[in-house]
Amino acid sequence: MKSITVALAGNPNSGKTSVFNMLTGARQHVGNYPGVTVEKKEGQCTHRDWRITFVDLPGTYSLTAYSTEELIARHHIQEDRPDVVVDVVDASNLERNLYLATQIMEMDVPMVLAFNMSDLAERHGLKFDLDQLSRLLEVRIVPTVGNKGQGRTELLDAIIETADAERQKRIHRVTYGDEIEDELLAVQQALGKADSDVVTRYGRRWLAIKLLEQDEDVTSKIRDRGILEVVGRSVAHLRDILGDEPEIVMADRRYGFISGACQETIQSSVERRHDISDTIDAVVTNRVLGLPIFLLLMYVVFFLTFKIGSYPMDWLEAFFGSLADGITNYWPSGRAEWLRSLLVDGVIGGVGGVLVFLPNILLLFMAIALLEDSGYMARAAFVMDRIMHKIGLHGKSFIPMLIGFGCSVPAIMATRILENRRNRLTTIMVIPLMSCGARLTIYALFIPAFFPPHWQGPMLWLIYLIGIVLGIVAAKMLRLTVFRGETMPFVMELPPYRMPTGKGVLVHTWQRGWLYIRKAGTVILAVSIVLWFAMNFPKPPADRLEGRSAQEARQESLRHSVVGRVGLAVEPLLRPLGFDWKIGTALIGSVAAKELFVSQLGIIYAVESPDEEAPSLRERLRADYTPLVGFCVMLFCLISAPCIATVAMTRQETNSWGWALFQFFGLTGLAYVLILLIYQIGRLWL
Amino acid sequence: MSQSIGVKERQIRPLSTAKAGERVRLVRIDAGRGLNSRLASMGLVPSAELRVVSNGHPGPFVLIVKEAKVVLGRGVAQKILVN
Repeated sequence: MKSITVALAGNPNSGKTSVFNMLTGARQHVGNYPGVTVEKKEGQCTHRDWRITFVDLPGTYSLTAYSTEELIARHHIQEDRPDVVVDVVDASNLERNLYLATQIMEMDVPMVLAFNMSDLAERHGLKFDLDQLSRLLEVRIVPTVGNKGQGRTELLDAIIETADAERQKRIHRVTYGDEIEDELLAVQQALGKADSDVVTRYGRRWLAIKLLEQDEDVTSKIRDRGILEVVGRSVAHLRDILGDEPEIVMADRRYGFISGACQETIQSSVERRHDISDTIDAVVTNRVLGLPIFLLLMYVVFFLTFKIGSYPMDWLEAFFGSLADGITNYWPSGRAEWLRSLLVDGVIGGVGGVLVFLPNILLLFMAIALLEDSGYMARAAFVMDRIMHKIGLHGKSFIPMLIGFGCSVPAIMATRILENRRNRLTTIMVIPLMSCGARLTIYALFIPAFFPPHWQGPMLWLIYLIGIVLGIVAAKMLRLTVFRGETMPFVMELPPYRMPTGKGVLVHTWQRGWLYIRKAGTVILAVSIVLWFAMNFPKPPADRLEGRSAQEARQESLRHSVVGRVGLAVEPLLRPLGFDWKIGTALIGSVAAKELFVSQLGIIYAVESPDEEAPSLRERLRADYTPLVGFCVMLFCLISAPCIATVAMTRQETNSWGWALFQFFGLTGLAYVLILLIYQIGRLWL
Repeated sequence: MSQSIGVKERQIRPLSTAKAGERVRLVRIDAGRGLNSRLASMGLVPSAELRVVSNGHPGPFVLIVKEAKVVLGRGVAQKILVN
């Protein structure tokens, strides 16, 4: 059994993901490229006695040093040296897609072209002479339709045959015209004299090409002054005689080669008309209509998500409830009571509380996958860009922030669509300010407790609004200080509108959903267990509990435990905010998951089941605190301490504990200062 | 500076001045290397044929290059010189 590694490259929107899925089926694994924020997808398959490992490279238009994604793709091909690179090209805009192919060719690695979306191209009236094209490019071409699973066997066959040929086949070389070729020769000669391992590893011609393009990454690898001087002179000379940067002229020559090859092999029987796609765009990106249409769509998405999601949510809640009851009833009494409590209160209470949101999350992901696969998302990003740009973010940043209204965990995952690292970090930092579904349980308890009916709706809106405004301000501040830098000018391809396939949507939904379950589940499980211990130990001595009712006993136990003591200890810190030890203790619990805040308060006030006797809990709260304090508590929960799952996801996506802690303490600090101000000033007025 | 009848001397102007439906040819891009390179890799190289789909007012600047639709944000269209 032979093993090979195959890298998958291609333009964004070329259907690379579908081809990857088609090749690897369910056997995929998503991880992180070390040190960077872009996901690394690997998958496996076995074909005819070969074990093939596929690595899905980020979608790129080129392999320059100008963006992290391109560098990653390039580094993988150069450093990890896959046996074959499959370039997935979109047959309906072949010329642009082949640009990447020319870059891969120059890296001296065997390549196969997956001629994807060939069904669409045919429908547009394009006819291809693939044999001729294959000969001109000196590369094997396999027609595929990724999202229908067509072409899989042929592609795998081509990959194997190419790998087997062991680089004996000639790889095509793009020539750049006399002037540039002369300079390339000069640089290659200079490189030849240097004889360093850089030269052996990357090859003289490729290095020379990159050096003439003034590629920053490659230039930084060359130590030899002599070589750099030769390059400098060549570049200056070319600038003179060509009247433009060598980099641009070379790009032009590549397109010239591509154009020539395509002219001989493509027949276009239908002139591209102003089609329905353009009409839709005119409406959807209209200066006046664009934003309302977008907001309307978002409203529909959220409404449906929570409406349809509420049914499975209720089932899950009932399921976990009966599971807890079942364990309680069938547990042999008196035996290892602590284990039963751990299972029921700790594990099921903690993990169950989070998993209950799974249907919502999946539905939200499905809606987003639909919008993405249909091509609308690119238009939406443009519409939002006008606003986002003012904050210093890219239009696409709006999408993860919107997801954050459901849950921060998938929202942070969604920031992968942002290409600019600083953009991405800023967005990740402020996502927790988009009030998530979990916090809603807190508002549902507090608002009716402190505010009369006609104030309740506005209060809820106010809290959400404060979150959004704070998010905007914080993003702006971050972009001016910590994450200072230019915003990328907005240049984006608008893919043609496509009918999303059920298969495609489900795959995209599951990719995100599974990660949510796994990450949130493992982290929440661990923390719930830890929290359970902290809430139940140390136990007060038996005499302290004598004569008390079960509820009072629980309250006393809590006071005595680690969590309770910490709550008491931080009380002095919290008093300037109008809080006391009870709120402090509940807040500690809510760090695990915001939903726990309510149940914690219930225990503290010695109310057995907060939901059934909610009026009672609300009355107790009203008796203890003023509406100002109630408001402050809600705001504090909104802004401070994102839940452990969020912190864990931030750490995963940024690959650094530093940013995760910055987010955690930054937000908590912000909350503290803000609530302090609000409370102290509010006290003077009210 | 002679002008023969029937031959219009085509001026070099920013892409932002082109109207919807117009076909133009790219001359050069007056921008930093990053943006320049990005645009080049998407097909905006000297002598590339561009077709304007829509030119803002209201709405975005959308053009077709190499059979693909690309939308440009603030100020980018002004940096692209065509004739």
